Amino acid sequence: MNALEKAGKIVLTAVKYFSLVFFSFFALLPVVSCVITAFKDDYEYQNTNVMTLPQNWLNFDNFISAFNKAGMGRAFLNSTIILVCVLFFSTMFGTQLAYVLNRFKFPGNTLIRNMFLFATMLPGIAMQISVYEIMYKLKFINTLPGYIVLMCGTDVIAIYIYIQFFENIDVSLDESAIVDGASYFTIFYKILFPLLKPAIVTSCILKGVGTYNEYYMAKLYLQDKNRLSTVATSLYTFVGPLGSKYNLICAGVIISMLPALIVFILCQKQIYAGLTLGAVKG
Amino acid sequence: MTKNVTVHRKRSFIEWLRSRDGQKVLVMIAFMVVPLLLLLVFTYIPFAETVKFSFFNMKYVGVRKFVGLKNYAKVFSRSDCFGALKLSLYYMGGSVVQLTLALYLATILSFKVKGGNLFKGFMFFPFLINGIAIGFIFKFFYTRGFVFDTVLQWCGFELENLPYWLKDRSINNISLVGTSVWRYFGQNMVLFIGAIMSVDGELYEAAMLDGANRFQQFKYIILPSIKTIFVLNVILSISGSLSAFEPPFVITDGANGTGTYFVVMHEIAHTQQKVGLASAMAVVLLLIIFTVTILQKLFFKYVFKNSDA
Repeated sequence: MNALEKAGKIVLTAVKYFSLVFFSFFALLPVVSCVITAFKDDYEYQNTNVMTLPQNWLNFDNFISAFNKAGMGRAFLNSTIILVCVLFFSTMFGTQLAYVLNRFKFPGNTLIRNMFLFATMLPGIAMQISVYEIMYKLKFINTLPGYIVLMCGTDVIAIYIYIQFFENIDVSLDESAIVDGASYFTIFYKILFPLLKPAIVTSCILKGVGTYNEYYMAKLYLQDKNRLSTVATSLYTFVGPLGSKYNLICAGVIISMLPALIVFILCQKQIYAGLTLGAVKG
Repeated sequence: MTKNVTVHRKRSFIEWLRSRDGQKVLVMIAFMVVPLLLLLVFTYIPFAETVKFSFFNMKYVGVRKFVGLKNYAKVFSRSDCFGALKLSLYYMGGSVVQLTLALYLATILSFKVKGGNLFKGFMFFPFLINGIAIGFIFKFFYTRGFVFDTVLQWCGFELENLPYWLKDRSINNISLVGTSVWRYFGQNMVLFIGAIMSVDGELYEAAMLDGANRFQQFKYIILPSIKTIFVLNVILSISGSLSAFEPPFVITDGANGTGTYFVVMHEIAHTQQKVGLASAMAVVLLLIIFTVTILQKLFFKYVFKNSDA
């Protein structure tokens, strides 16, 4: 290797790491500045620059006060209930639908697949105009179960992940069970469902993060802020008179994103895999 | 199905239910009825209702008056409705930046990099933060003299020369688009990395042995492997730009000329309760999105004749 090539390689490496560091900084700066501010007391917040590090990294007063002011105890309880129900039902419906669509040939199979695919093209915000009326007629507004039912609806990405997974499970497994006299229900629950575990974990993580972060429909349909706020909508407490106390707001924001951060640290691989699987559906 | 039924007609219904075919039909019904019902109630009925509402002058409660195409005429004549679509050009520009950036970083990260996973995690994490938190983070970030201004001052800018990022009409839409790029570039990058990694590693080794440089590897191995997903993302980003909603909704509330089409539509539907007009807006945008999607599909089919995109 001659000197020129060597120099070129060094420059290339420098550019590579500079890009990575620069864009990581770009990605982290808004969050980090929030963390810094969340640890400052009122005096410090008003008298120092936002990027000056806090004097005391153990000053959790803002977190406690944000948690109480926004009623986050209640919000975490609501979000947990929603999450558990939505994940349970959407996993059940999603895997069952994928099983039927993958294993049974019947007229209308392709039609149903296309109906789900077409549904992804309709932007959710536009649909909520008339979904609101339906929710109103069903008396689902301001009830947790109503919101949960709505959230269990069409999750095409999960269905695609399951269908892809079913395609890789050998049909001979079903056939030999049929010969042994097992019913379709038994085949699904005793044989196939356990094999789907990796796909279920992946899509539950994705759906879980999505459900936890959902705020638009929660805002529309869970209007009773004291009783029915989710973690995301509880942050609305800070709109208005508290709107300039950013040390408090930042603390609330950080509390709200902790669960997602923890899930991310624990399940990075599944999140990346799930996104990639869900994206190549086209 | 009908065939099976005729074959087994001689048996009683109960017997048929116990047979394999009967079981099959039972399972199909049991497993599909709920998802299909949900799809119907929360997607297809609302879709039909939206089209119907667009011909009425109505609120959610109370009398409805048929007005024909008047709502559509309003969508095109009111200054705040159709004009808001102009803003989607900013978001399209943003998605070009976002996709390029994601592709660049994905290429870097698909080679051996020290701490690659950590960098990937840092850049991806914004995707997992909830929308309202993002709203607060950026209100804070862009406040006069706060985070962004401070960092720019470190770089030698004077505070007096800096604009008000969210108020100044010449820049505020770009500020908002920036937040959208910030949120999604990491996610796009992860998708691209996934596609690049699906290529057999031996291909790179063979290319290296043949003396291919980085640029040639990019052009002949990486680019073809991500073509499908790249095209898919381009298609998604255009319809996404037309329906841009979140940044103005959570950060500026649509104030100071940042109200995109959907923000205006939300306001008209849920605050002013002009459900008919909002529905007409929804239908118009849906038609535009369908047209654009079909045109794009045809275009890409024509450009990449062998591609499955």
